[in-house]
Amino acid sequence: MKPVPEGPAPEPTVQRLRVRYAKRGRLRFTSHRDISRAVERAVRRAGIPVAYSAGFNPHPKISYAGAAPTGVASEAEYLEIGVHRACDPRRVRDDLDASLPPGLDVLDVVEARDGGLADRLEGSVWELRLPGADPGEAERAVKEFLSAGHVEVERLTKKGMRRFDARQAVRTLTLVEGPEKTAGQEPVQPCVILRMVVRHETPAVRPDDVLMGLRLVAGFAPPSPAAVTRLAQGPLDAVTGEPADPFDLDRAGGER
Amino acid sequence: MSVESLFPRLEPLLPKVQKPIQYVGGELNSTVKDWDEATVRWALMYPDAYEVGLPNQGVQILYEILNELPETLAERTYAVWPDLEALMRSEGVPQFTVDGHRPVRAFDVLGVSFATELGYTNLLTALDLAGIPLEAVDRTDEDPIVLAGGHAAFNPEPIAAFLDAAVLGDGEQIAIAISEVLREWKSEGGPGGRDELLLRLASTGGVYVPKFYDVEYHPDGRIMRVVPNRDGVPSRVFKHTVMDLDEWPYPKKPLVPLAETVHERFSVEIFRGCTRGCRFCQAGMITRPVRERSITTVGDMVEAGIKESGFNEVGLLSLSSADHSEIADITKGLADRYDGSQIGLSLPSTRVDAFNIDLANELSRNGRRSGLTFAPEGGSERMRKVINKMVTEEDLIRTVTTAYSNGWRQVKLYFMCGLPTEEDVDVLGIADLAKKVIRAGREATGSRDVRCTVSIGGFVPKPHTPFQWAAQCDHETVDRRLRALREALRSDKEYGRAIGYRYHDGKPSIVEGLLSRGDRRVGKVIRAVWEDGGRFDGWSEHFSFERWMAAAERALAGEPVNVDWYTIRERDEHEVLPWDHLDAGLDREWLWQDWQDALGDVEVEDCRWTPCYDCGVCPTMGTEIQVGPTGRKLLPLTVI
Repeated sequence: MKPVPEGPAPEPTVQRLRVRYAKRGRLRFTSHRDISRAVERAVRRAGIPVAYSAGFNPHPKISYAGAAPTGVASEAEYLEIGVHRACDPRRVRDDLDASLPPGLDVLDVVEARDGGLADRLEGSVWELRLPGADPGEAERAVKEFLSAGHVEVERLTKKGMRRFDARQAVRTLTLVEGPEKTAGQEPVQPCVILRMVVRHETPAVRPDDVLMGLRLVAGFAPPSPAAVTRLAQGPLDAVTGEPADPFDLDRAGGER
Repeated sequence: MSVESLFPRLEPLLPKVQKPIQYVGGELNSTVKDWDEATVRWALMYPDAYEVGLPNQGVQILYEILNELPETLAERTYAVWPDLEALMRSEGVPQFTVDGHRPVRAFDVLGVSFATELGYTNLLTALDLAGIPLEAVDRTDEDPIVLAGGHAAFNPEPIAAFLDAAVLGDGEQIAIAISEVLREWKSEGGPGGRDELLLRLASTGGVYVPKFYDVEYHPDGRIMRVVPNRDGVPSRVFKHTVMDLDEWPYPKKPLVPLAETVHERFSVEIFRGCTRGCRFCQAGMITRPVRERSITTVGDMVEAGIKESGFNEVGLLSLSSADHSEIADITKGLADRYDGSQIGLSLPSTRVDAFNIDLANELSRNGRRSGLTFAPEGGSERMRKVINKMVTEEDLIRTVTTAYSNGWRQVKLYFMCGLPTEEDVDVLGIADLAKKVIRAGREATGSRDVRCTVSIGGFVPKPHTPFQWAAQCDHETVDRRLRALREALRSDKEYGRAIGYRYHDGKPSIVEGLLSRGDRRVGKVIRAVWEDGGRFDGWSEHFSFERWMAAAERALAGEPVNVDWYTIRERDEHEVLPWDHLDAGLDREWLWQDWQDALGDVEVEDCRWTPCYDCGVCPTMGTEIQVGPTGRKLLPLTVI
């Protein structure tokens, strides 16, 4: 006989809420697992009526789409919460934000319409700040990289060392020059900033893969680690190549 | 003088280390007070990795209590892993607190909580990284007072050279008192430097300052006597006991980390102390008497703690949680309150004879069953009499039958190997016991789908227990018995596959034994091990028995003593023990008598339910047993 959990079945999901949040400052060092624990606790503290899965080990219905790597900041992370009682998205935004530690900041909440959220996240905009890097060298490396058809890079994954192309996924890569700004310091000297739009593929091409590509094609090696921020994620516009707000489809035809 | 945050210098190192989140602070309910507005500044350290140290109740309680004082601030620091240690050394970043990322050396006090002796080398790493001289005699007024607490501080002699002071027992009130002494001394302009401050602390009788005591030795290596070496220093230092835990409902705002830690739950201490009288148990001896927190305070703390933390598990902590006089009402009341809310209850330590069907039911409401661990400790009836465990085979079988028939498929049984008077047959008895447990489980459930895990570790005689005089069992014997037990379990065709076996080999216990019952001469060994690269000795991947033995041989070369002398040697009644001047309230003659009773298989009852047997603690310390029942019940919460 197959054992079944005791007690009543969990209440069904009546609404899905999509959340855009930021991972800022020192909290960029959180891993994906750290964030999911923090979100689960914040959801409970905020009293959000999250739905649970059935089974012996019920889990809150919270799903995450394409989390930025540990050490990378983000202005555009996404998750979805299933609730068993309909909620006002604006209220959830405020309550959840208040319950999360500063640095994990809720930016936007919408009620989900049709379609999966993850499918809409076709690409990301990344910003890489490279303090101490030489702008001339950076410019040359960017040109070399963009003119190459393929740039094979290596990364150590859970399955061992993998080789893959880091070039094709990069839709745009531009050099922005701006003030250097690191924590606790006033902006002083100019700092090389790279901005790029990268299409989400398998295996995922990450900002550090592109950096490795720049090193391979042009010997470009910044003196200190890059400060990386994801600025946006969303469906890529066929004309501009830039991502749009993935919540547009949820808002269309709805309230507001 | 204000102190700058080290974070801008630490930050570039973080992408290069494992789990950087453990170094950034910012936990929910953490506090960063204004540096310049505080007069007395504490850095509180748990000398192990963040994932172990953060949930520590002692540190969380003191952190909260000290930060509530208007002129005091407290921040936390933990042992950094070797990857970050190497980067901090090469980049010149000192030991920092995770709250304000301030340099530890800038604080007035570095308070270190030693739950185990295996954190001693991590203390040295932290001091060294902080730029604080390792030995107290080399410190200046620019260095903090290095203060030890926690259970291991009941014999701080092995680390006496590295400490300025140590405190025994409950920390709540003495931490406040020390803050007050410091505040007063600083407001006077710090007269007489750190020596005067230490003298003021020592003269209270509640703070042990090792350098104010001289240890004299017999030519054969035994201690002749320990005497104060200056006026105003008491000859004995007493432990501290907080009475009325309802007045100290901490932690009120539990720290909620972003990083994963060893205990992911909100813990409430439901009582402190234990008088079951298990003779191996240092905690049970040094935390007497039993002081219960009332059911209503427990309920209030759980309600506030869940709200503040968002944890989904509540741990009801104590040395033997099912012994609370109102445990049934507490568990039922909490299970009722959180019915259907996904919040689970756990009792981390449950006595075999105190577990029952009601408790089983309340713990498994919400459909969640946390693991059940029982600790018969000894494998034979005789062994359990020697250690005064007072649990019979029938108790165990009845209890596991209850557990199995209430839906648990697995129980964990904890034992010790190398107990005084133990013989091979006592350890092999564990195999018989485990088989009977499985047989009972199969009968109770009508299924073969029941398991038990036997977990066994080496026994270490501890100070302030009746076994403080005992010879520790050598690691060869322990390992031989552990192998024989494994063989006995594995070779059994009928039950072997249903029984898991986990053991710790005997070598680390020898090092723990050296550190537990060591004297000041052992300090040289600790330092030598640390200089040889010893770190994180509680972690098997970092611990090296060979390093400890080699260092001991070098460091003790000119002494009439060695590792065997400290560990596998039995002491006689009148030998001066290194901790005899440190008073846990236990009458030495009673301890000796209890040791003799152990050898004669004589058991002693719990004084909560039978007349006082004069262990000495209550009259010496001016304390009393505080237990219910109060007769009160937990009312349902209005909103969850």
